[in-house]
Parts: sequence; C-alpha cells; structure tokens
Amino acid sequence: MGKVIKYVVLDILRSKIVLAYTLFLLVVSFSVFSLEDNNAKGLLSMLNLILFIVPLISIIFSTIYIYNSSEFIELLLSQPLKRKSIWLSLFSGLSISLTLAFVFGAGIAILFFEPTVTGCIIVLIGVLLSIIFVSIAMLAAVATRDKAKGIGLAILLWLYFALVFDGLVLLLLFQFADYPLEKPMMLVSALNPIDLSRILILLRLDVSALMGYTGAVFKDFFGTTYGFNISLLILCCWALIPLGISLKKFNKKDL
Amino acid sequence: MIEIQNISKQFGKLKALDQVSLTCTSGECIALIGPNGSGKTTLIKCILGMVVPDSGTILFSNKNIAKDWKYRSQIGYMPQIGRYPDNMNIGQIIGMMKDIRKSEHIQLDEELIEKFDLNNMLNKRMRTLSGGTRQKVSASLAFLFNANVLILDEPTAGLDPVASEILKEKIIKEKQKGKLIFITSHILSELDDIVTQIIYMQDGKLKFHKSIDDLRNETGEVKLAKAIANIMLQK
Repeated sequence: MGKVIKYVVLDILRSKIVLAYTLFLLVVSFSVFSLEDNNAKGLLSMLNLILFIVPLISIIFSTIYIYNSSEFIELLLSQPLKRKSIWLSLFSGLSISLTLAFVFGAGIAILFFEPTVTGCIIVLIGVLLSIIFVSIAMLAAVATRDKAKGIGLAILLWLYFALVFDGLVLLLLFQFADYPLEKPMMLVSALNPIDLSRILILLRLDVSALMGYTGAVFKDFFGTTYGFNISLLILCCWALIPLGISLKKFNKKDL
Repeated sequence: MIEIQNISKQFGKLKALDQVSLTCTSGECIALIGPNGSGKTTLIKCILGMVVPDSGTILFSNKNIAKDWKYRSQIGYMPQIGRYPDNMNIGQIIGMMKDIRKSEHIQLDEELIEKFDLNNMLNKRMRTLSGGTRQKVSASLAFLFNANVLILDEPTAGLDPVASEILKEKIIKEKQKGKLIFITSHILSELDDIVTQIIYMQDGKLKFHKSIDDLRNETGEVKLAKAIANIMLQK
C-alpha cells in the first residue's frame, strides 16, 4: 500500500496544481496578516479562506484527480493488489498532498503570526476540512461514471455545505422562531462540517458575544474541552463515513 | 487451474455473460473468439476481478477469487486498449510495475522490452505514444513477471508485422514452458500455429469449447478460419 501512496503523491506533485495552490495560500495568508494591524482580524480573514477556499479546492481537485486516474486505477487493478488498498492509497495520497499544501501555504503563516492554542486549532481544522472534502470527493467520484456529472456533483456538494445549508438553517430558525431552538441548533450544526468548524473557531476568537443567547449556549458546550473533543470526533466521522461508503461502492464497481 | 462456474453478468438490459462455465488447465493455449460484443472481454475482466459477476464463482487453483487478490500475482494481463497515466514515461511505468510486483522469487523476463527496443525510448511520455507503441508496452508488462497465466486481449491489434511476429514467437515460447495462455483475437489466421483449444462465444453464451484437433476433424478443414466459418454457417 505504501508504494502506491508514493506513486500517487509523486503523480500529484508532478501536476503542479497543488504547488500553485500552496503558493496561492502562502501569498494570501502573508498579505492578510501584514495588512491587518491586529492579528485577531487577520485570523478572521483567514477563517473565511479556510471555510470556503480550502474545501472548494479539496473537493474539486480530488474529484478531477480520481477521474483522471481511471487509467491508473485500471492498471493497478490487474495487479496483485487489494481493491481496498488501491482506494485507500488514493485517499491517503490526496489527503497527504492537500494537507501538506495547506500546512506549508497557510499553516506556517498562521502559526508565525498567532503562535497560540487558537492558531494551532485553526490549522488543525484546516487540515481536517481538507481531508473531509477529499473523502466527500471520493464518494462523488465513485457515485457516477461520467466525469462531467461527477465534477458537477462535487461543486453542488460544496455549494450545499458552504452556502445552501446556512440558508436552510436560517429558514428553519425563522419558521420556528417561537420555540427554543438553541439546543437543536447544536445538533443541526453537526450535520455540516463547515458550520461546525466555523463555530469552533469563532468561539475561540471571542466574537461569540455577538451571537446572542445562541452564542452563550454554544459557548457552554463547544467552549468546554468535552464539547471540543466531541466536535473533533464528529469532524473525524465526516472524513471517515463518506470514505467508508465510497470504499464499499468501489469494491463492487466494474471497471 | 481456472474453473469458472455458471457466471452471469448483466450491464443494464444487456446480458454480457449468461451462465458461462469453463475449465482450463495449465499448458493449454486457448483462443477466445466470437463476434464483437459477445462477452469475451467481460469474461477476461471477470477472471481478473475487474468486473464482479452477478452470480457464479471463479476458482483459481481451487480458490475462490471473490475474496482473494493474491492470485493476480500469477497473471500477466495485456489489455485490449492499454491505458496508462498520461504524465508518466515508459521507464517510470515499467519501474513502478516492478516496484509493485517485486518479490525475490520472481525472475524478471525482459526479453520483450529488449526486442521491442523500448530501452531507447524510456523517456517518452505515455501520452505521446502511438497505439502500437502502447501495445508494445502492454505486452512487455504482461510478460515481465513470468506469470503462470497470460491473458492477452487482442494482442496483435495495432502492432506492425515485425512486432507482431516477435510477440507471436514469444507466446509460442511461453506456451512450451507449460503456461496457460488466453488469447482473444479476430485475426484467426494468426492463431493457427499458436492455440490448442478454441472457445467460441456468442451473445454472452459459451457456444463450444473444443480442442483444435477435434475441430479440424469435425469440419474437415485444416485452416482455423475456414473451420470456424464452417461452424458459424451450420448454426
């Protein structure tokens, strides 16, 4: 399995797109921190980068990569290799490259300007989001044979998690404004890795005071170590469950 | 060596394989023939585990291949259309395959790489190769690991006459070592001096499985092409 991961990572590095992504993150993060006099403001700008750009690049790059390596997968399948290890190697290869890109591109700048626990948590969440969206991309890519459909599905999934989901939540809030929704909202936020990450980071940044009573309830739960660990666990589930389903589908797929 | 029991496979409405059963032992050289779309490639892909049959079992050395994957180390496969990662070159592909399949007791067989003169174009990217050169790479990879079973899907399609002759000689040489060889081809005349058994497929069904001598006796024809044509007309 290690050998296949090696070839996947080499192949990804050769395509130079990940390199461009790293440079982009590097330029953006250093300029954000040098433009703002206050590092907390810089972190807020980085937050948006992490919550939108990182998942977008992760999901689209991974989907396209899986489709483009259909030849490679076919070649490997006729060799004495387990299907499971081929699929997991692709996942690991993509995750490793995108995580490295994020850590070198954004992580170093964040830790340089904000060498605190908060900085570490933000980097950790960026890494988790990269991996989660690789896993969702693998599910999108295995679900349909057609490349255009698969990439479309990946973009739709990103739109859903990044934008549509929040709209739905707002709709829900307005419809049921007469009821106490603070506790159910915590459950709902677990349904979207981007939302969950946003809450985790915002609570660390002390702007949660702006979120009113819901913010206080959130702080009560997510602010504690227990709540934080639970959320990290949920994020890990978000990485593992789509991967598990895609693996099951891949095992039965005809090539 | 390979035992196929009642496998069926359906793609949408199309029955690609319909209750196919087959037994092959080592030392045989089997020609798999039939019209386009008769299920030859699907059958081969089932043996390789690339297509999962809807029902039926395939035994390789008496072991069910459904839960096994190690058996593929005994197979050399040459696909009909060799598709390789575009931005790797020939040397990297060969190196990668050696790296993946490497083990101490395998004697590498680089005869085809030398005869096809691939060593002089190791730096060529796969995307820039012509169809024939790709076939040469596929063939070299199939024979590289000295596998006991060789599965060749249209091996000579796209090869020039010289390369085609080299490949044929190699196939005969491997056959004499007692390996099990599957060949699908539409060019029956070139199978004449290679194969020992004929499997004829049509519409996903196995029509017959006979040794070439039986076939010649039955039809009274010496040439394989004529014998098959004779049988096809009878049906």
